[in-house]
Amino acid sequence: MRSLGWLRVPLIATLIFLYVPIVVLVVMSFNASRLPFVWGGFSLKWYGALFQNAEILEGLTNTLIVALCATLFATILGTLIAIGIARYFRSSLLEAFSLAPAILPDIVLGIGLLVFYVLVGIGLGLHSVLLAHVVFGMAFVAAVVTARLSQTDPSLEEASRDLGASSVVTFLRITVPSLAPAIIAGALLVFTLSLDEFVIAFFTDGPSTPTLPIVIYSMVRFGVTPDINALATLLMVVSFTVVIAAQRITRLTDAV
Amino acid sequence: MAAGTTISGRGATRRRALIGRLVFTGPGLAYLLVFMAIPVLLVIVDSFFTRGRYGGVVYEFTLENFARAFEPVYVQVLWNSILIAGITTILALLIGYPTAYAITKLPRNWRTVVLILVILPFWTNFLIRTYAWIVLLNSEGPINKALEFVGLGPLALLYTPGAVVAGLLYAYLPLMILPLYASMERLDPELREAASNLGASPMRTFRDITWPLTLPGAMIGAIFVFVPSLGNFVVPELLGGGKTVMVGNLIRDQFLKARDWPFGAVLALSVIGLLVALFTAQAMVSRRITGKGRHA
Repeated sequence: MRSLGWLRVPLIATLIFLYVPIVVLVVMSFNASRLPFVWGGFSLKWYGALFQNAEILEGLTNTLIVALCATLFATILGTLIAIGIARYFRSSLLEAFSLAPAILPDIVLGIGLLVFYVLVGIGLGLHSVLLAHVVFGMAFVAAVVTARLSQTDPSLEEASRDLGASSVVTFLRITVPSLAPAIIAGALLVFTLSLDEFVIAFFTDGPSTPTLPIVIYSMVRFGVTPDINALATLLMVVSFTVVIAAQRITRLTDAV
Repeated sequence: MAAGTTISGRGATRRRALIGRLVFTGPGLAYLLVFMAIPVLLVIVDSFFTRGRYGGVVYEFTLENFARAFEPVYVQVLWNSILIAGITTILALLIGYPTAYAITKLPRNWRTVVLILVILPFWTNFLIRTYAWIVLLNSEGPINKALEFVGLGPLALLYTPGAVVAGLLYAYLPLMILPLYASMERLDPELREAASNLGASPMRTFRDITWPLTLPGAMIGAIFVFVPSLGNFVVPELLGGGKTVMVGNLIRDQFLKARDWPFGAVLALSVIGLLVALFTAQAMVSRRITGKGRHA
């Protein structure tokens, strides 16, 4: 740190900018007082209130269903397409196509899917959010797995086949284990993304099955309430844990 | 016989490649085709048709939706959005550039820790991150309390264009820092050493070596900040208090309130068009710079 000289200033300023809002929310979530900036002593009552809030619990259940299913499907599709493109196609155009959902503005994907669902007669509900989340989830898994594939040696797979193993055995015993860290990291990232995703869900969800971010949106529009601070703190703990776990598994900050 | 095995071997390889393509890329490509490519194409197609009375689209060809986008009200909103997203992007670059540069100067183990710290907020709930700024900026918030304490406040901070810029900057700053860091890490330190050994001032070295070589990264970062800022409707609504209307808000309203899907589609196309134009510009600059490097 000492060798940085004046560069310390922007670095520290950026970290303060990024973390002050988070710290303020976390501290306030433990404040017994209802008034935002009067310290009324340490309390866990806003956390207790969360578990009494039927709307939040319903939103949480809906979100978990979507996030778990989206993670499963996106991980399978994303891993397969990454291997397929790296090993059998080597087309930069196809690679760009498989990663496009990560770059496409979420509002465009959201309205596009809404128009599509209405056209083909798919009703809106958790299933339509799930189908949408798999789209961008797949791209993130493919990105992480592709990064890993560029570091693995394809001659291992060739050797396995030369020694008489079938393609399926080679895939299960050589390819998948060598990619496992990237696959797990990709899955964890899809899970957090889906858990927190708002814009696409906003356009593709039905009115009777709000996901947690949609519940939060309707709460936040009415201003500052202490239980949102508690919910925010819990959600951040989950995201931080999952992302750090994903990073430790790959040990590849570039992929995240 | 040797020739025979080679040919059948080659046939097997080709068959395996075909099966591999079908099994591995087939499902994913089919999925993206149905749930990404077709929906985006539908947005493009819908922009040429007439609005239905209760939302949806009537399939009568028209160019009226495009003409409408040039009405002064909408031009104003587009210009406003570009201005706000542009200011956000410039601020992100001014903050992100020295920050990314500082990270490359850290010892290796610190570098990873600080990079994770920069990325982490990006992976948390976007609404929560926006909500945090309502807490910080409202008239009873800590910033106003501090201003009051020194006799400058309270000021109307929330529900201003400035609050929108702060919220967008907070949301997307990590997306500026990451590509910048990646482009700086690849930079060959010997190039800079050579420049200073040849008598170039630090300013000159930066202008002629560091900046041009990190420009492609800066442009990727700028796209990653500018495009989602432009299409964002949550931050203008929550932090701008409905007074700052951006393209994202217009698109949302056309689909969910005004029920004019074709016009909403035209507005969404303007965002896609801008995205494509910016990526093309980035690719051109990046090719010119690497090309130049090879000739020199």
